Amino acid sequence: MTQRQAMETWVGVFVVIGLAAFGVLALKVGNLSSADVADAYQIEARFDNIGGLKVRSRVTLSGVRIGRVKEIYVDSNDYRAVVILDIAGRYANLPADSTAVIQTAGILGEQYVALDPGGDESFLKDGDQIMLTQSALVLEDLIGKFLYNKSDSGEGK
Amino acid sequence: MKLFALIGGGVIAHISRLGRASVFLYRVFLGGWQIFTRPSLLVHQIYAVGVLTLTIILVAGLFVGMVLSFQGYNTLVDFGAESSLGLMVALSLTRELGPVLAALLFAGRAGSALTAEIGLMKATQQLAGMEMMAVNPIERVVAPRFFAGFFSLTLLATLFTAVGVAGGHFIGVTVLGVDAGVFWSSMQEGVDFHDDIVSGIVKSIVFGFVVTWIAVFEGYDAVPTAEGVSRATTRTVVNASLAVLALDFILTSLMFGDV
Amino acid sequence: MAAKNSSGNDVLVEFRDVHFAYGDRPILKGVNLTIPRGKVTAILGPSGTGKTTLLNFIGGRLRPDHGDIIVDGLSVPRLRLKQLYALRRRMGMLFQSGALLTDINVFENIAFPVREHCRLPEPVLRNLVLLKLEMVGLRGARRLMPSELSGGMARRVALARAIVLDPMLVMYDEPFAGLDPISMAVIVKLIGEVNDALSISSVVVTHDVAEAYAIAHYMYLIADGQIIAQGTPEELQASQQVQVRQFMDGLPDGPVPYHYPAVAYEDDLLRGGLD
Repeated sequence: MTQRQAMETWVGVFVVIGLAAFGVLALKVGNLSSADVADAYQIEARFDNIGGLKVRSRVTLSGVRIGRVKEIYVDSNDYRAVVILDIAGRYANLPADSTAVIQTAGILGEQYVALDPGGDESFLKDGDQIMLTQSALVLEDLIGKFLYNKSDSGEGK
Repeated sequence: MKLFALIGGGVIAHISRLGRASVFLYRVFLGGWQIFTRPSLLVHQIYAVGVLTLTIILVAGLFVGMVLSFQGYNTLVDFGAESSLGLMVALSLTRELGPVLAALLFAGRAGSALTAEIGLMKATQQLAGMEMMAVNPIERVVAPRFFAGFFSLTLLATLFTAVGVAGGHFIGVTVLGVDAGVFWSSMQEGVDFHDDIVSGIVKSIVFGFVVTWIAVFEGYDAVPTAEGVSRATTRTVVNASLAVLALDFILTSLMFGDV
Repeated sequence: MAAKNSSGNDVLVEFRDVHFAYGDRPILKGVNLTIPRGKVTAILGPSGTGKTTLLNFIGGRLRPDHGDIIVDGLSVPRLRLKQLYALRRRMGMLFQSGALLTDINVFENIAFPVREHCRLPEPVLRNLVLLKLEMVGLRGARRLMPSELSGGMARRVALARAIVLDPMLVMYDEPFAGLDPISMAVIVKLIGEVNDALSISSVVVTHDVAEAYAIAHYMYLIADGQIIAQGTPEELQASQQVQVRQFMDGLPDGPVPYHYPAVAYEDDLLRGGLD
């Protein structure tokens, strides 16, 4: 009987530490506590070029994460990229004339959507579209432009 | 002509074996309800299959995490990206190494033991004896082992991953001097609960199912002699390992292929 | 118990024209035999002639290709799994190896079928197991593990386990094989005692002629998939059939040939190793 109890105890320990490991992974590694956007509403933004933006990329306001990219697709009518953003419900007071900019963390880091609040009295509601957007900076284009300008100004001398 | 007959015969033999294994699985599930009325049988097998495999899983997980951290640091530091060390360690473990290595170790330690145990019971007529005592050996012997194996590997893979992250943290933060806050925050920023952790757990559930299925089937289907049992044990380890690697490829392309 | 009375007659098991083959290899070619209630029936025959297969038919572990096996009024091959298991509860079988469960001790081995099938209070179970152990003379060995038992002891434990649920029929598969003379005598004594004391029926499958004579009330001699002789021990002893005499007297050559079938020796030599 004691042997059997010892066995049952070991199995119990096994199950408990297994579940604890799961808890650690979920909360500490996967950061479940903040991974989801709490009672989110969706707004839409259209860009000419989204660069390296991905689904689940961050959406920030003044550098603070307030949401995530939910969905990306191309509108087959105007050939622009449509990005659907999940914004946390507690940030429901974004002015309707806010700007969405695709920015890069560091020089080569991942890309994210930075929102810039405007001054409008009315707020963005679920399903609204952000009118003012600025596409991702594509490094190759930038370098190309820079070289072109350089040679241009060189000729002008 | 003879070659065709040989190939055809081999293919038919494999297919009929697969069919037999499927019928066997069906019978295990049919008899499976019975073990939940007798949890002591299940507890006994979780001990034999899970708890006794714990040591090797914990030690292996710790070392894999530490090695991963060392190697990752050496690579990342060249790009000045050692701040992503935590992310790299955690993603490798949750997505791939945790489920796959735990399943491979499980196949070697617990799977072979299951096959040998059931095969020996068959070779010594214990299974036949049970049948004649009106006790269904699939319900009494196979089903508890199957469900225990299935359940244990899921927990073991999770433990492997958690211990691996701890090992990676030890080397990365304590030994190599990466900032602890950066280590954790890069991990938390990049590891997604659904895409990475749940995917890893789904993998380990699939692996647990397949490895235990192969192990108990090989034992039950073994030629009831000493040689037959030893062959069946070898087959379990080989087939289960190959099945884990092949399934890992399939699952990975299904889960992460479209990102 | 109701079924036992309902069939009414003295026949417990009946084989009707049973044919069976493993793949292409025929094992049984039309076997007819009956096993009476309350008696010890011995089935004798050379090794590999399908004697154990007969027991597997009674227990429903195999199905014949043709023919029928009636046990206590029930056609075994036609039983559904549940009915088959109900029938098996009324049978005990002693395997050649004993087939004891190696991970539990002697006491638990004998208690195993009781624990699986009945919910008895622990003291009642203990008394029942000790009673059966006393019967086979191993009450003192109840704490031993199967690996610590000699071959003869293991078979006695297995016998105690086979009779723990008071079956109507006990089957013995080669109960004398590989035992020393003392253990053999013990088993011979026990089979007779168990049969008489518990008023059950016994089937003994064996190739040990002398022991079979000592215990059997009726004997069948099986060779080449068929019953070649039957009768009381005295009748078989008096038989002048050559096949019977070869087996009973243990002659190396006779109807069962000494040589494995082959082409003539001279022809084989002349072919000069061209196989």
